[in-house]
Amino acid sequence: MSAAAIDRVRGRVIVLRGDDIDTDRIIPARFLKAVTFDGLEASVFADDRREASREGRVHPFDDPARREARVLFVNANFGCGSSREHAPQALYRRGLRAIVGTSFAEIFFGNAVAIGLPCLSAPADAVAALMTHADTHPDAECVVDVGSLRVSLDEVRVAVTLPPTAQAALLAGTWDVTSLLLDRYDEVERVAARLPYLTKFVERSS
Amino acid sequence: MPETLFRKVWDRHAVRPLADGQTQLYVGLHLIHEVTSPQAFDALAARGWPVRAPHRTFATVDHILPTQSLARPLADLMAETMTSALERNCRTHGIPLFDPASGAQGIVHVIGPELGLTQPGLTITCGDSHTSTHGAFGALAFGIGTSQVRDVLASQCLAVSPLRVRRITVTGRLAPGVYAKDVILAIIHALGVSGGTGHAYEYAGDTIDRMSMDERMTICNMSIEGGARVGYVSPDQTTFDYLRGRRFAPAGDAFDRACRWWSSLASDPGAPYDDEVAIDASTLAPMVTWGIDPGQSVRVDAAVPRPEAVAPAERARLAEAAGFMGMTPGQPIAGTRIDVAFIGSCTNARLSDLREAARIVTGQRLASHVRGLVVPGSQAVAAEAEREGLPEIFRAAGFEWRHAGCSMCLAMNPDRLNGREVCASSSNRNFKGRQGSPTGRTLLMSPAMVAAAALAGEIVDVRPIVRRGGASEVRA
Repeated sequence: MSAAAIDRVRGRVIVLRGDDIDTDRIIPARFLKAVTFDGLEASVFADDRREASREGRVHPFDDPARREARVLFVNANFGCGSSREHAPQALYRRGLRAIVGTSFAEIFFGNAVAIGLPCLSAPADAVAALMTHADTHPDAECVVDVGSLRVSLDEVRVAVTLPPTAQAALLAGTWDVTSLLLDRYDEVERVAARLPYLTKFVERSS
Repeated sequence: MPETLFRKVWDRHAVRPLADGQTQLYVGLHLIHEVTSPQAFDALAARGWPVRAPHRTFATVDHILPTQSLARPLADLMAETMTSALERNCRTHGIPLFDPASGAQGIVHVIGPELGLTQPGLTITCGDSHTSTHGAFGALAFGIGTSQVRDVLASQCLAVSPLRVRRITVTGRLAPGVYAKDVILAIIHALGVSGGTGHAYEYAGDTIDRMSMDERMTICNMSIEGGARVGYVSPDQTTFDYLRGRRFAPAGDAFDRACRWWSSLASDPGAPYDDEVAIDASTLAPMVTWGIDPGQSVRVDAAVPRPEAVAPAERARLAEAAGFMGMTPGQPIAGTRIDVAFIGSCTNARLSDLREAARIVTGQRLASHVRGLVVPGSQAVAAEAEREGLPEIFRAAGFEWRHAGCSMCLAMNPDRLNGREVCASSSNRNFKGRQGSPTGRTLLMSPAMVAAAALAGEIVDVRPIVRRGGASEVRA
């Protein structure tokens, strides 16, 4: 699972409206009863989809026209609540490779980037314009350019933001950081050796 | 130069800046549990990496444990599989596991402090968003995802982006019947569920200073519900008194040296903050959530907001929440009928929470239509409660007294709502489906408010009951 650079994502779009969509909704807790992430895609938004079906609506994740989607459009504070990485894992395994929205909850954002799923932000009106176009153009191909920070959907072109930290990591393929953290480990050991709680609270000079 | 605790602890643990602008932080304490760790151990095994610091890693099982029978194998085969996987991983890597046989099992955020593992000046990680709880001790505690659990297992380090620090100064005395839970619900209501994104919340002021560690943990626990990944309180004598004599706390001369270091970590007068917010605690009332996120709350003597009372951008969310909850805008929250009363969770299942709830229910009976559940936060909390006779009080009132665990906070075990049941809950999240039924409804409040609602069968104001010193006149 060595990381490959992610500079561009292309594909159809799922539009999911609503602020503050929490990770319990993305993947309800009962589906966390597992020792792997395998198969989570089947349960993504399970309860919301069931509710929609009961009310005679088609949930965006059940829309046959969006089955092959690779980009998800959302509103504000997407992914709030529980830190479960199962949420971005379920979305990723469903085939999504980029999320564009007004804003993202912090832990979700970090979890998503850690598995190579960029979350890009745009002003609310820009997201609304993308969503409106996507609603009526299910076949339109969205292009998410992580390098130039642009999202285009036919003639709708939007500038997006991504913290430089995440952008650099995705473009360099270093979003999987474990190896970086293990690099030059003597520096870590020097920090640990100066921590009072690891040295019986006897302060040592550095 | 005056500094915040955040800056001091961060700088102590900073290994180096990473090329992408994040900082590599050494992790002083890593807590793990059965839900978010198995995939991380698998990833480690796939690369042939050992656990770097098993002596700084501690495990418990909390989310999926049943609270009625702990007989093995567990009746739920997947719960058994997850428990076995944790046991195997801990054995393989030499990680201490606090399982039910140890007598020290419990919700990870309850046992860390009570074992004395949680200490001022630590960086703490756990694959659970309520890790912010540990900030009550003046630690920087980060909830992390499974990929980061893998990182910490492998390297004892975390790659983390810088945070801004917002000081929330809470002043004034809380009225009887108003609790730490009400303070944090009021803060989240005021600042919003995403208001803390990118921030650490520092809680300060005389109200916080007077609070016990249990109360400070309740406040820090729900920082994440306000969007803040980290929340903390500067350590003081209350912190030191709590830690003295605990199993993993320093002892003897080391404890005195520790107290000196811990004291030096408190935020200095004049330290710089990125933002400041003031809250007057003396005007607060018991808070109750009426909606589908923890910011959608009102005072118990107020009503579900009308659309015209909120910003236009929030009206769709209000309508969605009111529709799901079966609430009518303008309807007083008091008088809302409940079906279930849940006293538990990492927010409010410590001994002081159970004592306060027991005080309300002593000599009373649950309303006939209410199912009541008391789930202590840990085996140690349960043992202490048993010494004080609390289970008898709860059982006499008609509550079920259960084994320790996360239970109906997120319903990964058999404890759950059925259908559209309404639950008065001392937990932390009222998201759609959170308590196990996709259509179940959760009203968050303090444990005392849950106890009062359980007796009355509907939401009532606990303040007059507390002022009278009991619950003698709660309507049935």
